[in-house]
Amino acid sequence: MSRALTIRDLPREERFAPGHRMCQGCGAAILMRHITKALPKDTIIVQATGCVEVTTTLYPETSWMNPWLHIAFENAAAGASGVEAAIKVLKKKGQLPPGKEVRVVAIGGDGGTFDIGIQALSGMLERGHDILYIVYDNEAYMNTGIQRSGATPFGAWTTTTPVGKVWHGEWRRKKDIIGIALAHRVPYVATVNPAYLPDLYAKVSKAMSIKGPKLIHAFSPCVPGWRYEPALTITIAKMAVQTGMWINYEIENGVLNVTTPVPKRKPVREYLKLQGRFRHLTDEEINTIQKFVDEQVAYINKLAGKEVIGPVEA
Amino acid sequence: MSSRLPSWKELPIGAVILEPGSSRRYKTHEWRTLRPVINQDKCIRCRICWSYCPEPAILEVDKPYVTSTNRRYEITYMVDYDYCKGCGICAQECPVKAIEMVPEVR
Ligand SMILES: Cc1ncc(C[n+]2csc(CCOP(=O)(O)OP(=O)(O)O)c2C)c(N)n1
Ligand code: SF4
Ligand code: SF4
Ligand code: SF4
Ligand SMILES: [Mg+2]
Repeated sequence: MSRALTIRDLPREERFAPGHRMCQGCGAAILMRHITKALPKDTIIVQATGCVEVTTTLYPETSWMNPWLHIAFENAAAGASGVEAAIKVLKKKGQLPPGKEVRVVAIGGDGGTFDIGIQALSGMLERGHDILYIVYDNEAYMNTGIQRSGATPFGAWTTTTPVGKVWHGEWRRKKDIIGIALAHRVPYVATVNPAYLPDLYAKVSKAMSIKGPKLIHAFSPCVPGWRYEPALTITIAKMAVQTGMWINYEIENGVLNVTTPVPKRKPVREYLKLQGRFRHLTDEEINTIQKFVDEQVAYINKLAGKEVIGPVEA
Repeated sequence: MSSRLPSWKELPIGAVILEPGSSRRYKTHEWRTLRPVINQDKCIRCRICWSYCPEPAILEVDKPYVTSTNRRYEITYMVDYDYCKGCGICAQECPVKAIEMVPEVR
C-alpha cells in the first residue's frame, strides 16, 4: 500500500473560487474546495440543482475552474452519462484526439441522489459509465428550506418532520446509499468527511484512477439545517466519526478498508447534543440511535474481518 | 458585484459563462460580524486553518516571517479579508489558539 497522505500533500492551488454564496461555515464548500483540488483539470463536472449549484453559479459568474454543466435536480447521473458517451463519439469521429483524457464527475445533493435522482444514478451505475458520482449529504433538501429526504437520519427535525404533539422529528431510518451502489457491483465506493481532508483527497484521486462507475458519499454539515454555530462545522464532522455515526471507509473490488479506525467510540449523544435539530430527543430515542450505530459498526467490523471501530468508552 | 449586467446581445450563445472562477469579482466580506486575526508569532504553520476555510479565505504565501523569539518561517498564513465571511472555523480548529475572532467595526 502507498504512503498515507498528510495535510502537507494537499495542493496549494485553488480550483474553487471564493465569492460563492454558500452560508458561513458551510461543510459542502469545504468538500468542493478539496474535491476540485484532486480532479484532473480537464474533468467535466455535471451538477444537479441544490445548494452547491445555486450558490456557486450566480449568473454571470461562477466559482468553478473546471468545465461545468448545470443539469436538473433529478438527472445529474443521466446528464453525466451523456457527456461521457459524447466524449467517446467525438474521439471516434476524430473531433477529439484519441489520447486526450477527459474525465467526468457528477455531483448531487442527498435529495438529488437518494430520492429524485436515484433512477438516473442506477442507470449510470448499471450501464457502467466511466464516471465518479459524488453525493454531498447534508441530510435534507436544504436549498429549498430544510425538507426531509431519504438521507435524513432518525430523530432529526426538519420543516417536514416537525416536532410537536404528534410528531417527534424523522421516524424513518436513513437509506443505505453505499449498499444501493454496491448492489450494482461497481468497482469503487467510498465515504469521505470534511474533517479528514487528506483521506478525502486520496479517495477522490484513487476513484479518478479507476475506470468504470464509482460513488463517493460525503458527509456535509449544514449550519442552518442542522442548527449550530458556523464555527462548529469541523467539530461536528469529527464527532460524527468519533461516535461511529459516520465511518470513513472504501470498498475496492469488494474489499473493505476502514480509513479512519476508531479504537474507542464516544457515545452518540456527544454528536447529537451539538445540533439543534436533535434537541428534542428523549433518552429513549437517543438509545435507539445508539443501537442503530452499534449495528452499523458491527456490520462494518464484520466486513473488515476485525474490530476497526471499537466499543463505546464508558 | 459587476456594475452593469450584459444585455442579451452581448451574451455568449447558451449564456455560458466563459471566465473560470469569476465569482472572485463578488466580495463576501460584508457578511462578516467577527474578524479572524492571526497572531503570526504564535502560529506554528500547521496549515489547518488554510485547509478548513470554506471560502477559501486563508492564503498560504511564500513570505518569510521571523518571530519575536527569532524563529524563522518561510510561509505565512494570511486572511483574505475580501472574502472571509467570519464563520470562525479557523479560530475554532487552530491547535495553538493563534487566531482570535474580534468584533468587526466599520
Ligand atoms: C424536479 C424538481 N423538483 C423540485 C425542484 C426544486 N429544488 C431545487 S433544489 C431542491 C432540493 C435539493 O436538495 P438536495 O439535493 O439535498 O441538495 P441541497 O440543497 O440540500 O444541497 C429542490 C426541491 C427542482 N429544481 N426540480
Ligand atoms: S444551507 Fe447548508 S448546505 Fe446550503 S449553503 Fe447553507 S450551510 Fe451549505
Ligand atoms: S473566519 Fe471562516 S471564512 Fe474567515 S478565514 Fe476563518 S475559516 Fe475562513
Ligand atoms: S491553524 Fe493556527 S497554527 Fe495552524 S497555520 Fe493556522 S493560524 Fe497557524
Ligand atoms: Mg441536501
